[in-house]
Amino acid sequence: MDQKAPQDSQNVKEAVTPTEETGSSRREFLGQSGRVAAGVGVAALLGNLGNYALSYAAGGPPIKIGVLHSLSGTMAISEVSLRDVVLMAIEEINKAGGVMGRQIEAKVVDPASNWDLFAEKAKQLLLEDKVSVVFGCWTSVSRKSVLPVFEKNNGLLFYPVQYEGEECSRNVFYTGAAVNQQAVPSVEYLMSPEGGGYKKFYLLGTDYVFPRTTNKILRAMLLAKKVPAANIEEEYTPFHHQDYQTICGKIKKFAAGGGAAVLNSINGDSNVPFYKEFGNQGLRAEDAPIMAFSVAEDELRGMDTSALVGHLAAWNYYQSVDTPQNKKFVANFKAYCKRNNLPDGENRVTDDPIEAAYFGVHVWKQAVEKAGSTEVDKVRKAVYGQKFLAPGGQIMMDEANQHTHKPVLIGEILKNGQFKTIWRSKGLVKPEPWSEYTNPDKGCDWINHQGTYQKK
Amino acid sequence: MSLASIPRKLLVLVVFLLSALGLCPQSTLAADEADHIASTVISSASPIEQALLDVKSEDAAVRSKAVALLIEKGDASLIPKLDAIRAEADRAVRQAIKPVIDLLKNHANLTSEQPDTRRSAAADLVGTGRPEAITWLEEGAAKEQVWWVKYTMEESARLIQLRSEDQGVRLVAAKKLGELRSQNGLSALKEFVEAGTQSGATNEQRALADAAQASIGQIDSWYWWASAIETMFRGISLSSILLIMSLGLAVVFGLMGVINMAHGELMMIGAYATFVTQQAFIGWFSPDVFDWYFPVALPVAFLSAALFGWVLEATVIRFLYGRLLETLLATWGVSLILMQAARVYFGDLTAVIAPQALRGGAQVMVGVYLPYNRIFIIMLSIICVLGIYFLLFRSNLGIRVRSVTQNRNMSACLGIPTRKVDSYTFAFASGLAGIAGWALTMVGNVDPGLGQNYIVDAFMVVVTGGVGKLAGAIWASLGIGGLNKLIEPVSGAVYGKVFILVGVILFLQWRPQGLYAAKGRNADA
Repeated sequence: MDQKAPQDSQNVKEAVTPTEETGSSRREFLGQSGRVAAGVGVAALLGNLGNYALSYAAGGPPIKIGVLHSLSGTMAISEVSLRDVVLMAIEEINKAGGVMGRQIEAKVVDPASNWDLFAEKAKQLLLEDKVSVVFGCWTSVSRKSVLPVFEKNNGLLFYPVQYEGEECSRNVFYTGAAVNQQAVPSVEYLMSPEGGGYKKFYLLGTDYVFPRTTNKILRAMLLAKKVPAANIEEEYTPFHHQDYQTICGKIKKFAAGGGAAVLNSINGDSNVPFYKEFGNQGLRAEDAPIMAFSVAEDELRGMDTSALVGHLAAWNYYQSVDTPQNKKFVANFKAYCKRNNLPDGENRVTDDPIEAAYFGVHVWKQAVEKAGSTEVDKVRKAVYGQKFLAPGGQIMMDEANQHTHKPVLIGEILKNGQFKTIWRSKGLVKPEPWSEYTNPDKGCDWINHQGTYQKK
Repeated sequence: MSLASIPRKLLVLVVFLLSALGLCPQSTLAADEADHIASTVISSASPIEQALLDVKSEDAAVRSKAVALLIEKGDASLIPKLDAIRAEADRAVRQAIKPVIDLLKNHANLTSEQPDTRRSAAADLVGTGRPEAITWLEEGAAKEQVWWVKYTMEESARLIQLRSEDQGVRLVAAKKLGELRSQNGLSALKEFVEAGTQSGATNEQRALADAAQASIGQIDSWYWWASAIETMFRGISLSSILLIMSLGLAVVFGLMGVINMAHGELMMIGAYATFVTQQAFIGWFSPDVFDWYFPVALPVAFLSAALFGWVLEATVIRFLYGRLLETLLATWGVSLILMQAARVYFGDLTAVIAPQALRGGAQVMVGVYLPYNRIFIIMLSIICVLGIYFLLFRSNLGIRVRSVTQNRNMSACLGIPTRKVDSYTFAFASGLAGIAGWALTMVGNVDPGLGQNYIVDAFMVVVTGGVGKLAGAIWASLGIGGLNKLIEPVSGAVYGKVFILVGVILFLQWRPQGLYAAKGRNADA
């Protein structure tokens, strides 16, 4: 990247020439220069020219990073907020002087909720734009689809969403929760006397990799804790399923006599018809509380909360977390959205993935400064053990397994679409990419082993 | 009342309240009179006050004694005080206090004005398992007017009695639960059966197991019928949703020969119109009339979708009549534009709050609970079908529409303005989609993908029913919806959908023209 600096500067001069001539001069320029310069030149023209030139003057070429979140299609509803918060974090860092005196320049692409496009765009970011790091992905499908690209080209991805585990890539840093930092403790809580001592569990999810794997782990865990198999029910629905009459009827029958809880890993829009039907069939949180793994503040904005009050969710952060840095973070995010005229402006909320995406950028920045370089191999080593005072409290990157030590919080849904924290783990929970219940013999370690290894 | 006496009375009242809550130490009382009154109050309330202190104790035995006393003597007025203790207490104390609070709250709620609150309280009392609750429930049941609340109270009392020490009480309770057809009692009864059939069971356990077995039989056979009725209702409800979605499509596809891929987005427009009306009510009107937003949204949804359909017809579809594939592609493009436009303009998810009248449901008999919103949509789809029937078959406009459908050139020769008829029909069908979107806000969500979720099902109904036939759409939606709900309990939602799709494909192989074939000269037009 540094070696190409002279070409970059030449290119900027070209690009800043008056608009009429830009087209022809670009063509000549492309004809003259080599292939590498051409790619960079196009990127520069497409980017924000003024900003680029300014930041270049600041003390070294800007560091390019990629943002890979869907801005259209079904996942846009969740992922747009992550793009917003990543750009906000970059703006903060740039205002404070950048990284090692260099400004950060974000290259935002839109994979449009299309899994193949995710891989294509990732390739483009790594090979053409030569970004130092990528912040992106939401669904596990999209992560699985970009994984080979990052591994082949030794890229670096910060992935901010809670996921099903069973993955240990050295090219990904997972700032969301592993299963043992979300689903497992929430079930332990439900089984404890304080949580209500529930004995029967209805595992309900959308039919894809995250709910399937999570439920596989939860089932193994429940069986290990001597819950009889007859007291565990597992059910899946297709994406965008709308008719939950039969399932709510089944839950009603299952919950008769008390002591039953629903573990909900339904994804996205299907949650609305599910909660509505649940309430309308006369079921209450007292009869069978729903513990949700994919319903956060951002999703609650789209729901009639009267049907949800009293139900639970498990996350590592809530907007309502009472820390000074969180108050500032929430206010900054709202102000950022308002300033940039993003939809809903001040009414935007923060939630767990938003926070994880935010501190991911800062962790990367700290690691780059520690490594003194943006080179992926050096930055990776610097990330290990990195600490950051995130909005939700201090977090720590694991020393070896690419995941994040985080607190676990159980929250109760309130009428205003916020959560009241009713239980909090003692300190940080160590991430286990391979669950002790389904893969007790496997571990993840990139220091002493080469990634996934067999425990003796 | 003289002015001078007011402050003293107030003071007494305050002291009384404070002392009842245990907040006011005796020594701070200054006024003689107040001291006198307060001390008598405290002496009578002191065991409770002492118990309130004891629940915070480290010693589990002291705690449980205090809890027992609070349950026996306490009433709802203690709840704020207990909540305050709970907020500051550690885990063990919180756990000790929770049943007390639950019990006191539920006891108070048994006499609430709201039947739903009374019922909830009765159901929740089972979880506490306290024998005191039996008398409360029986007293409540004796006075209760609403049958479903009365039922729950009796059921809850019997459920608590099942855990009694007394064999006779348990036997009676097991028998009564069978008579009540109580589903909630099933798990406890099954435990009795299990205990009684084990080797080494006592005679008492065996007798109980026999009674429980008989009751389980009664309950099971009752619930077989109840679930049959519920499944039927669910099938009809799903059918009504399918029908209301495909009505507009059937009119456009069947009568005009246009494959309108943007039909789903027209429903989305109806849903967003409902959302906008709701926001207008939140912004401009008092909360008292909030629930009226929903009926007001009906014409808004119909008209906005119809207007949009009219524009769509005039600008896009008009030029593509008779070119099936082009209309398909063009309307699909329109649908993508509309979806992304909604995403950009409305941003994230948007919630429509159901009016009070459409929340919850009716307990029509033991084991059968019918949600109001579903009943509402069933009625609505019947009204829509009747409306379309009268419009198409009993009005002048209907005659023109049908004649244009049958023979466009001949109709034009006879002086029917075919262009106008086209645009009216398309606008009307779009309005129907708007109504569907309006109704769907009660069961689903309002988001840009709303149309996509339903469009495939709607097409499935229209194609299966036979193009151009209203009766076909009705029977096809009943068939698909009913079958779906019949299969789903066995196969799960994912395979339920697969089976339906396979079924439809096979059906169309056998009968490509659908349930109702168009007959006569225009059959292959």
